[in-house]
Amino acid sequence: MTRNFSAWPIYALLGILSAPLAVMYLFLVIDTFTNAPPGSLIPNEFTFDHWRFLWDASVTGDVWRPTATTFLFATSMVVIVLTISSTAGYAVSRLNLPFRRFFLSGILVMHAFPSVTLIIGVFLVLQFAGLYNTLIGVILVKASLMLPFGVWIMKGFYDQVPWEIEMAGVQDGASRFTVWRRLILPQVMPGLLSLGIFAFIDGWGEFLLPRILAPSSDFQVLSTYLNVVSDPNSTTYNFNLFKSVGLFYTLPILVLFAVFQNRLMNIFGGGTKG
Amino acid sequence: MQVTLKDFTKSFDDTTVIDRMNLTVEDGEMLALLGPSGCGKSTTLFAICGIHRINGGQILFGDRDVSNVPSQKRNVGVVFQNYALYPHLTVFENIAFPLQVRGDGKADIEREVRAIAELTHIEELLARRPAQLSGGQQQRVALARALVRKPDVLLLDEPLANLDAKLRLEMRSEIRRIQLETGITAILVTHDQVEAMSMCDRIAIMNKGEILQIATPTDMYRAPVNKFVAGFLGNPPLVMLEGKASGDGRFIVKGGAGLPLPSRLANTPGDTPLTLGVRPEHFGASGGSEISGTITFVEPQGRETLFDVTLEDGVVLRSIQPAREDVSLGHKVCWPLDAEKLLAFDASGQAV
Repeated sequence: MTRNFSAWPIYALLGILSAPLAVMYLFLVIDTFTNAPPGSLIPNEFTFDHWRFLWDASVTGDVWRPTATTFLFATSMVVIVLTISSTAGYAVSRLNLPFRRFFLSGILVMHAFPSVTLIIGVFLVLQFAGLYNTLIGVILVKASLMLPFGVWIMKGFYDQVPWEIEMAGVQDGASRFTVWRRLILPQVMPGLLSLGIFAFIDGWGEFLLPRILAPSSDFQVLSTYLNVVSDPNSTTYNFNLFKSVGLFYTLPILVLFAVFQNRLMNIFGGGTKG
Repeated sequence: MQVTLKDFTKSFDDTTVIDRMNLTVEDGEMLALLGPSGCGKSTTLFAICGIHRINGGQILFGDRDVSNVPSQKRNVGVVFQNYALYPHLTVFENIAFPLQVRGDGKADIEREVRAIAELTHIEELLARRPAQLSGGQQQRVALARALVRKPDVLLLDEPLANLDAKLRLEMRSEIRRIQLETGITAILVTHDQVEAMSMCDRIAIMNKGEILQIATPTDMYRAPVNKFVAGFLGNPPLVMLEGKASGDGRFIVKGGAGLPLPSRLANTPGDTPLTLGVRPEHFGASGGSEISGTITFVEPQGRETLFDVTLEDGVVLRSIQPAREDVSLGHKVCWPLDAEKLLAFDASGQAV
């Protein structure tokens, strides 16, 4: 490939700008396997000691239960978001709904709302419904806060499916539902996949909602677990342990990102056509 | 199956696009709905297949009133302009889809799909996906999918518009062949007069939501009912000359000399406003009266050559002739005009 300007100044600039991040991540990984003498950054000892929390529940408490809970939390939310977004997105994209414009602008407004500002209202609703301090309650809240984004993105994907395909299906004798399930849904699969991954990552990283809406319950997700580990008031504060748990917590996301990064890009390429 | 539109009316919001249209398509006939874009031809097509609800009148398939029958139950095959193939399915699955929806058995589906694939010459493509097909092949698949259910009516919405010139020629005769072989009643929507004339038994020419004339291609070309139809058919188009009758069997062009009128109009009283339509093949080949002028434009088209001839009074006539090189730009020529075949229209644009 020929270029009409040289690329190295850009690489150099980008390199300098991202160096702090890279160094930070590098030490995040290094520190979980090593010990460094006080006052120094250079490690002098290789050890698996900081990963003991994986098999030794006495270090920070059992890590696998929160992991499983987080997984359950994120997956249930993905299922809810995908189910509703795939149908609702179709409805706002294709069906002649009453108040369609109102719905669309409502979705945008809700999408623009920071979820923290809603927290008091959400708290009251949960309290009233008897779901405060339960996992189901947190899942429902998280999923509904994700829905405006999901519906909007899916609407964008549906908008790009030519309507002739739908009409052809109807002419071929299929009901609208069959057409949606067998002809239209497969065309928006890339959108559903990226939305699913997005929702999963979002759910996996959620801290605020479980912390506020289920503070005293008997379940923990990894983010609240990490919060306990990092408790600065604890006398046994251990930076390297904290980093190990943090890395453990981040790993699934890193893997997802590595595998699906191209898919995640197309949510912005394909989904934003409003 | 015979298709009848009775007082068919369609409006979008408050705009009436088609007002009380009547049309009968005979059993086994291929009819073209021809007209400029926005004339309501596609609207008519979509009303027949049930995509558009009609606002008034009736649509009959044979004796069955289908006006309020949903698309799924009308048994109409449609070929869309962009073919609307299902991109995630193979050609076989595309064609099989209507049968699967109907709940046919596996063996039946297999047999029917193979049969229709043979008819449309796509047997070797069944395992491919639409993206791996050329435009002409996609067209064939779309046709096969529309026909596999043995519909009562086949509707074609600008089926050739997305093809390049050579394929268009090929598919024109292919579609006609398949229509004749299956004997299906077909309606073709097109804005291309050549397609309409070459593929169809009859043409219904439309403008502004109205059918102006229904006739066989030859009749319509020879005897258009009004100026619009005359101007729409024929390529290169005819020349329209505004003027009036002289009273003695001649026609006087505005601000110029005269041309002969066809003998059937010889008795037109003087000063009657007329418009004379001269098709390019009526000038320069044969005929009773000689017209002289200067060649001001030459367009060689290979087999034929198109000339513009400017008469002394400034009137420009067009002539198409088998390719000739003995005359060229600037030459003075004296060519015959076939006055009997000229088209004439009165002040309101109707043929006389």
